[in-house]
Amino acid sequence: MRGATHAKWTACAVAVALAATACGGGDDDGGSGGDTSAVLSASWGDPQNPLEPANTNEVQGGKVLDMVFRGLKRYNPETGAAEDMLAESIETSDSQNFTIKIKDWTFSNGEKVTADSFVNAWNYGASLKNNQKNAYFFSYIEGYDQVHPEDGSKQTADTLSGLKVVDEKTFTVKLNQKFSTFPETLGYSAYAPLPQEFFDDHSAWLSKPVGNGPYTIQSYAKGSQMSLRAWEDYPGEDKAQNGGVDLKVYTDNNTAYTDLLAGNLDLVDDVPASQLANVQADLGDRYLNTPAGIIQTLAFPYYDEKWDQPDSDKVRTGLSRAIDRKQITETIFQKTRTPATDWTSPVLGEEGGFEEGFCGDACEYDPDEAKKLIEEGGGLPGGQVKITYNADTGSHKDWVDAVCNSINNALDNEKACVGNPVGTFADFRNQITDLKMSGPFRAGWQMDYPLIQNFLQPLYYTNASSNDGKWSNKEFDDLVDQANAEADTAKAVDLFKQAEAVVRDNMAAIPLWYQNGSAGYSERLSNVKLNPFSVPVYNEIKVG
Amino acid sequence: MPEPPIEPEGAIASTGAGGAMDLATAEGETLEKNPLGPEGTGPREKPRSLWSDAWRDLRRNPVFIIAGLVILFLVFISLWPGAITWMSPLKCDLSKAQQGSQPGHPFGFNGQGCDVYTRTVYGARTSVAVGVCATLGVALLGSLLGGLAGFFGGAADSFLSRITDIFFAIPVVLGGLVLLSVVTSNTIWPVIGFMILLGWPQISRIARGSVITVKQNDYVQAARALGASNSRMLLRHIAPNAVAPVIVVATIALGTYIALEATLSYLGVGLKPPSVSWGIDISSASPYIRNAPHALLWPSGALALTVLAFIMLGDAVRDALDPKLR
Amino acid sequence: MGRYVVRRLLQMIPVFIGATLLIFLMVNVMGDPIAGLCGDRQCDPATAAQLEKEFGLDKPVWQQYLTYMGNVFTGDFGTAFNGQEVTELMASAFPVTIRLTIVAILFEIVIGITLGVITGLRRGRPVDTGVLLITLVVISVPTFVTGLLLQLLLGVEWGWIKPSVSTDATFGELIVPGLVLASVSLAYVTRLTRTSIAENRRSDYVRTAVAKGLPRRRVITKHLLRNSLIPVVTFIGTDIGALMGGAIVTERIFNIHGVGYQLYQGILRQNTQTVVGFVTVLVLVFLVANLLVDLLYAVLDPRIRYA
Repeated sequence: MRGATHAKWTACAVAVALAATACGGGDDDGGSGGDTSAVLSASWGDPQNPLEPANTNEVQGGKVLDMVFRGLKRYNPETGAAEDMLAESIETSDSQNFTIKIKDWTFSNGEKVTADSFVNAWNYGASLKNNQKNAYFFSYIEGYDQVHPEDGSKQTADTLSGLKVVDEKTFTVKLNQKFSTFPETLGYSAYAPLPQEFFDDHSAWLSKPVGNGPYTIQSYAKGSQMSLRAWEDYPGEDKAQNGGVDLKVYTDNNTAYTDLLAGNLDLVDDVPASQLANVQADLGDRYLNTPAGIIQTLAFPYYDEKWDQPDSDKVRTGLSRAIDRKQITETIFQKTRTPATDWTSPVLGEEGGFEEGFCGDACEYDPDEAKKLIEEGGGLPGGQVKITYNADTGSHKDWVDAVCNSINNALDNEKACVGNPVGTFADFRNQITDLKMSGPFRAGWQMDYPLIQNFLQPLYYTNASSNDGKWSNKEFDDLVDQANAEADTAKAVDLFKQAEAVVRDNMAAIPLWYQNGSAGYSERLSNVKLNPFSVPVYNEIKVG
Repeated sequence: MPEPPIEPEGAIASTGAGGAMDLATAEGETLEKNPLGPEGTGPREKPRSLWSDAWRDLRRNPVFIIAGLVILFLVFISLWPGAITWMSPLKCDLSKAQQGSQPGHPFGFNGQGCDVYTRTVYGARTSVAVGVCATLGVALLGSLLGGLAGFFGGAADSFLSRITDIFFAIPVVLGGLVLLSVVTSNTIWPVIGFMILLGWPQISRIARGSVITVKQNDYVQAARALGASNSRMLLRHIAPNAVAPVIVVATIALGTYIALEATLSYLGVGLKPPSVSWGIDISSASPYIRNAPHALLWPSGALALTVLAFIMLGDAVRDALDPKLR
Repeated sequence: MGRYVVRRLLQMIPVFIGATLLIFLMVNVMGDPIAGLCGDRQCDPATAAQLEKEFGLDKPVWQQYLTYMGNVFTGDFGTAFNGQEVTELMASAFPVTIRLTIVAILFEIVIGITLGVITGLRRGRPVDTGVLLITLVVISVPTFVTGLLLQLLLGVEWGWIKPSVSTDATFGELIVPGLVLASVSLAYVTRLTRTSIAENRRSDYVRTAVAKGLPRRRVITKHLLRNSLIPVVTFIGTDIGALMGGAIVTERIFNIHGVGYQLYQGILRQNTQTVVGFVTVLVLVFLVANLLVDLLYAVLDPRIRYA
């Protein structure tokens, strides 16, 4: 067939043209030493919110905070374990009252980091009048109701009654419930200390944030570039191994990737899906694909009685078994996703509560079983499932279409499943909040801190902030409460896993896959790593 | 009725260098008078209308015949896509994703493992329907409003033109998200309606400009002097001579409307899945141009063929309407 | 003439009010933007209510509109959700976009009209067919693909340009993006010019000019082209606004932080202040461009007069 030959020819021509591009560039032997004064450039996205620690809830702003701030704890870039950073000690006897001592440390403007730096920052973050979107992180601290009344009534206090400064280096925290793993959450950027300048001259601080991390901000042109430089006198041990980082804002990760190929950019931490198939040819071993604490699931509207029948769990399990996760992760995602076999993430590790195959048969692809289960469960509600997703960010369409095709093929029915795109993320969230979903919908979860608690409680606890399907189960709630009160970590993890088993047995949400972080870098760089939050560990990168 | 600002003067350009500043002199310039040309307004032995003349010409024009055959073929596969395909466009096997041509699948597979040949054939219905209906709607509405504005001038022109300006201001993305997200119908009509609503201002301005020029011509003045009615002047003298730019813009816009349908679908407000159209296939294949160009090539090729057929058709019609080319 | 311009300028006022009101209502109809600010998580109701109050979203729409317009007349266009002032966004986005638009328009004028004249004079010849084929490619291959391929070829393989445009966005850097942006419009301009030229070349004044013994070049530029330009000028006039506000794809491919991108982001995030602010300026551009086009009519065709 003539036409077909022609198509093949074009394919080859393009492939050749592009393969050639991958061979450019000099060959530095790139010693392991590295030039500690050399500056690298990296891709960045415009942060959605002002760069206040308690107001930053997405990765792009988080990146900067991670470079500019150090908190009481820091998550080990490799293992994810929470390790003491500014904390000298965090002690408790009852899992509810904590005494925190901090090390000698300064902000990059010379100001000392004191107990007040933390207490003031946390009070600021919790206070309703400051509109901080991460305020709920402080909701475990006593007095949160007064500074942040949930019903929107007037706040009756400006400071959290549970926070008390003992001396310059010591403060105490009283929680409103037992929460044994509270210290492990303190590595999240919302808990960072703030210098006095933040409160005295807020707008000046916002235009050029000052913190206590290994980098200082040299210049910040909103919307286009931020130049960070290594802080010479950084008191910590994780001093920057390079001279600095220039973060360049890209509106499209494809452009960043092309810039990397052309040698105009050193580091891209989000390789576009469409280029994943070429990454080996383009970059060789200068490509990272490492697990991150992100899981994608399909949630269900339990407020819709069609999905809350006694046998609905069979339908959900049937759907789960109709999805060929392996094929989809290999073809659509080029193995940057791993088929999920539980409801947490591999970055937790076995000790942290991750267990491969925890889901069992229910996550195994088996078209015949899928068909049978769905029939037993009374068939698909309305004869068709619509998977709702937002069309404006990410390439959700690709995988939703693939999931639907997989379901359709398994059930031998071309109309069994269709995608249902929603125009904007805000509209998608509004439909969820207003309980308007009529079928499964996209649910993604990126952990705030590497604890099994963070993968379960916010998503499945009755009326939790991200329990979008309004799933509610007494047994699950009780187990989570017990686990939170348990002082012994291993026992707590065990209780959380029992709670996860409840999620599994009800198939509360269909786990799809674990998301990896991906990154590509230039020949100038070495020792590039991604942490479990899929953010590059900038301070360890060596240049030259 | 406002008086059209017309001075029956000839057309030869001034000799003074162009430049925007010699408006004043241009106005007062004396001009060579054209003799009443062979434009077809003069009395003929048999009063045949320009339109029937055009049709007689068209039937003998090979370009018109070829374009017509291509369009007939497109209509045929739109109505009976099953006649030349042997599987369903929704049957996709991910394990075959991005594979090239193979027996039974001449065009290969797209990123979801669907058969590109089948989808290209089935896509014709949606794409041709959207393209043709939107273009016709835009062309009719646009040239009607633009033509009237240009012909009558004065207050009518001001009013219609300022409405055009307001419609110009609506960003397509915003309009789509607002107007189409409330629609629940899963047909192509809301999409077509939307395209007409946002597309007419462009044609309208083109038509207006064209009518403003044409109405200065001597034969129009002559017709007016002979007491022709407004509608007669518009239909018999102005429209045939002013229609060329409208045809040109409309035939190209046809292609862009077919692509716009995909943009709207991607915003989640166009056709609901699982619709099959060239636009959708083109935009989903675009990012993978490096790995699977064939998935882009075929639907794009089909789109190009369609646009070519309509451009040729438009050219033929325009030529037929131009007596100077006879 | 002067009175005509004054009248047109006065007409801008109702259009301006109508367009801003329309856009304002449209963004409002899209619903509550706050839910999109908290990630995959429900905003806690107290913070959401507080944010609504801060952005003035708790008031009735008409009141929001009046407040907004009042502020606009004092030069305050409000703040975007990321805390940046809209005037600041405009100050960074418009200069870049204006440069990009100028480049694109120049391409349309120079390449488009030249090709149009050549093909119009040589209808049916190989050069005409060749240009037609390029036109078809431009129409049926998405800008995204042409842009991407150009970027990979010129930027990565041959190294002639930088794949992305720097923050300065100089004219030099904008040549390739400008060409990509202009590509579809080039198809229109070329074919419009071609048709007009083909139509007019047989008209009497051209024959007269030729008969008078005027040199061919002079006939083409002074007589033929000038009289063929009206549809082309109209098209380019309408295109200026479209290019400025709708360069979303081109701006993304070449990482240009211009108006198209800001507007698109503003719409997706339902940020009334950004969207209305940018559209307001774009409306002014439309109005001025259309006025200029109408004045150009009279220059190109002296028979057209404005009283």
